[in-house]
Amino acid sequence: MLENFTYLYHGFGIASDPFNILLMAIGILLGVIIGVLPGLGGANGVAILLPLTFSMSPTSAIILLTCIYWGALFGGAITSVLFNIPGEPWSVATTFDGHPMARSGRAGEALTAAFTSSFIGAFFAVVMITLIAPLVAQFALQFGPAEKFAVYFLAFASFVGMSKEPPAKTIVSMMIGFALAAVGLDMVTGQLRLTFGVTELLNGFDFLIAVIGLFGIGEILLTMEEGLEFRGKAAKIDPKVVWKTWKTLPKYWATSLRSIVIGCWMGITPAGATPASFMAYGIAKRVSKNGKNFGNGEIEGVVAPETAAHAAGTAAMLPMLALGVPGSPTAAVLLGGLLIWGLQPGPMLFVEQAEFVWGLIASMYLGNIVGLILVLTTVPLFASILRIPFSIIAPVILVICAIGAYTVNNNVFDVLMMMVFGVLGYLLKKTNYPLAPLVLAIVLGDSAEEAFRQSLLGSAGSISVFWSNPLVSSIMGLGLLAGLWPLIGMLFNKLRASPQPA
Amino acid sequence: MEQAHHGAGGGGPKQRSVEIGTALLTLLFGLIVLYGSYIVGFGWGADGPQAGFFPFYVGLIICVCSLINFVHGMREDPQPLFAEWSQLGQVLRVLIPACIYVALVPFLGIYFPSVALILGFMMWIGKYKLPLSLAVAVGVPVFFYMTLERWFLIPLPKGPIEAMLGL
Amino acid sequence: MKHFQALGLGAITALGMTALSMLPASAAWQPTKPVEFIVPAGTGGGADQMARTLQGIIAKHSLMSTQLVVINKSGGAGGEGFLDVKSNKGNPHKIVISLSNLFTTPLATGIPFNWKDLTPVAMLALDEFVLWVNAQSPYKTAQEYEAAIKAAPDGTFKMGGTGSKQEDQIITVAVEKALGKKMTYIPYKGGGEVAVQLVGGHINSSVNNPIEAVSQWRGDKLRPLCVFDSKPLPYTDKILGDQSWSSVPTCISAGLNVEYLMLRGVFMPPGVTDEQVAYFVDLFKKVRETPEWKQLMKDGAFNPTFMSGDEFKTWLDGAEKTHKGLMQEAGFIAGN
Repeated sequence: MLENFTYLYHGFGIASDPFNILLMAIGILLGVIIGVLPGLGGANGVAILLPLTFSMSPTSAIILLTCIYWGALFGGAITSVLFNIPGEPWSVATTFDGHPMARSGRAGEALTAAFTSSFIGAFFAVVMITLIAPLVAQFALQFGPAEKFAVYFLAFASFVGMSKEPPAKTIVSMMIGFALAAVGLDMVTGQLRLTFGVTELLNGFDFLIAVIGLFGIGEILLTMEEGLEFRGKAAKIDPKVVWKTWKTLPKYWATSLRSIVIGCWMGITPAGATPASFMAYGIAKRVSKNGKNFGNGEIEGVVAPETAAHAAGTAAMLPMLALGVPGSPTAAVLLGGLLIWGLQPGPMLFVEQAEFVWGLIASMYLGNIVGLILVLTTVPLFASILRIPFSIIAPVILVICAIGAYTVNNNVFDVLMMMVFGVLGYLLKKTNYPLAPLVLAIVLGDSAEEAFRQSLLGSAGSISVFWSNPLVSSIMGLGLLAGLWPLIGMLFNKLRASPQPA
Repeated sequence: MEQAHHGAGGGGPKQRSVEIGTALLTLLFGLIVLYGSYIVGFGWGADGPQAGFFPFYVGLIICVCSLINFVHGMREDPQPLFAEWSQLGQVLRVLIPACIYVALVPFLGIYFPSVALILGFMMWIGKYKLPLSLAVAVGVPVFFYMTLERWFLIPLPKGPIEAMLGL
Repeated sequence: MKHFQALGLGAITALGMTALSMLPASAAWQPTKPVEFIVPAGTGGGADQMARTLQGIIAKHSLMSTQLVVINKSGGAGGEGFLDVKSNKGNPHKIVISLSNLFTTPLATGIPFNWKDLTPVAMLALDEFVLWVNAQSPYKTAQEYEAAIKAAPDGTFKMGGTGSKQEDQIITVAVEKALGKKMTYIPYKGGGEVAVQLVGGHINSSVNNPIEAVSQWRGDKLRPLCVFDSKPLPYTDKILGDQSWSSVPTCISAGLNVEYLMLRGVFMPPGVTDEQVAYFVDLFKKVRETPEWKQLMKDGAFNPTFMSGDEFKTWLDGAEKTHKGLMQEAGFIAGN
């Protein structure tokens, strides 16, 4: 333990080398740009720049690459808040309250809250990595297919059953998401399904295409209907907005703490940042006393998913280093990089390459601090983008959406699909179908089904595998509880209401 | 807006008919999913569910819930409007150029349609003067060319015009 | 004076000669814009890692005048990537790296392509497969594990692998045939995940490529039992204790008559000229000489066989027949 701190102290020495600090700043800035362009995710950014780093020392290279990753995490929130276009899967939940805030002229507040929460989430996740890395790696090994399915189940259960829309519409919306997620190659049998012989459908429906269309294009159409303006135009740009928002944030310490725990947990289990953000949002909405106002621009609705997403994104580095299994596509590319530098991620990395590992962990601390400072200075700048007249910004957003849709899979067909999703998004929104369950189902549907079927293959078709050990049964139990929560709440209210009607 | 010749505050499609239409659309989608799952097999094989098992039930649920929504839609108050014609006109003014834009991308690449879209949109809807419109319309694609193609080495779709210019 | 002139003349002739000898080289085909390097698999997998290493090596040693851009097209078990190359007839600025899905995907899914639709450039290496078990398990040798499988009822032992109806499952079926017992095959998305599931004890064995599981071996979490090749691996660097890749016996010597190697090769679209193919063959020959490539071969215990031209085509022909046979036996051919 003490040895670790010596290593960490030494790591800070390496990471705070001026050249490395410069690399951090460059990495964060590149990352923010990558995060802002939809479709160009952190994984792309890291993959593209990976070959350029072969001439550096492994530590410098990994600092640059991980900082691109942090930057992309920060940057994903920007387009979510400003234009309702989530740049990354885990930014979707940020749009639910972040964009309404921007529309009512509070973009600066929303961005500050998002960035600060990201930082807090990431920071605590790094603290966790520092203190209990070996223990946590052991915990991650417990997760087989059944446990993974239980986690996805929990994520769904804690998110659904909370929308105010009619249940039949919520279900249709979610099932459409599941159906779209199923298109393409079925991983378990190796068969193509629902492609009807159309080669363009081989790849299935990528989540980002759907989201860029449903949210981004749909939003533009709605704005046109309501008459040409982003309502955020009148917002005053206040350089002190950062400070003012900070003063309100400590109120939400309970939400932050809960999101940190959810995030760290989901990051270590290879479920990842996306379910973490949805779960944190869903639970915050139920528990918070402002819960009813979620979706109309509640700052707590930005804090919860952002904290969880970043805690998870950071915690996901741990299984990569300790087990050699990447927790996210970005981590997968980083993993490839490590191999090229002759570093074998896995159980021995912490022993054989202690200097590298602790240098990396130290750079996580410093990189996040550098990142927070950099992105906070850009808040007034980004908030002022909303002052550009709609008739200039709308076609530019359309072009950005098209480029984003194309770059996801380098496929022109996806640009057409994006437009179809856009019209669909407008139609569904106008007819009161909630879009969030659809998106959640596209993101997690495939993985959940895969985990379910892997479990059944292992148990020779017996469903009891989901109750076969304490870990999986307790997660399933939590999931059932979360799914039935609205019913329980209703019963509870009735019981309380009958003796003393108030 | 100023272009309200379809009757200010007047007619428009009814919310009820759009609700019914949407329910029918999701029903159709559900049926397609059912058919697709039927092709690949939706039973429970020797070692767990077949490829079409999940999509089949997903499709079934979509169909059932679409019918429920359809019935709800039929019962709805026939009075409220989905949107006024003038509002829909506004939507079409962005939707039609956008559709033409994405239809052109496969043939002309992404750059020149982008120039045309921004230029047209700014001049036609925004009523901006040519110099500013042209500056934005050319500036944005050039910016993306520089950052994506040159810097990040991500090729975007290109058409015959780019080929002629040797880009 | 005369000497001087002769010397001068000689120098001029020499210059002229070099100029002449340089001429054909500069007249040969060269890429004029960035070359797209299609990876018919997701980011982070074996093929993707190799492609990105190639990109890095080529950039670092400036082996190409333009850039090499890696693009993943993983849809439909890689079918998307191969179809893209197939449809880019005559485009010399596009190459694709292949894995076994070059043969298995069209057979298993019916996606319409065949290696003959592409222009073979070169085989870069062959990837080995090793039978792994958890280091905690009682099986010290392949024979012991085989005996345990044979003694248990069908489907008791779980084999994890990457994807469905692809190389890992083909090997599993071959092992089942050799032992006369069924195993339960569980497909996962990537090789790294399979290795970790094996460490966590969620499956009994795997047929991971060396590079996917070597770090778990070093950490004494996994144990290699045998390699699915006709001869032991040549690499003698110590990995765990005094064990090295070369100390892993072949499966054939352990009574498991299964041999399988996976192609890591490069292809171009159909209809490109011989000159253009020659450029890339030459490029990859240069890559093979770099220390980084040699290190990769050693780290991943690859079989560094290089082939091009007709030799490569003959090999492909043979490999296609083998795959067809294996897939047919296993019942993996798409029905419709």
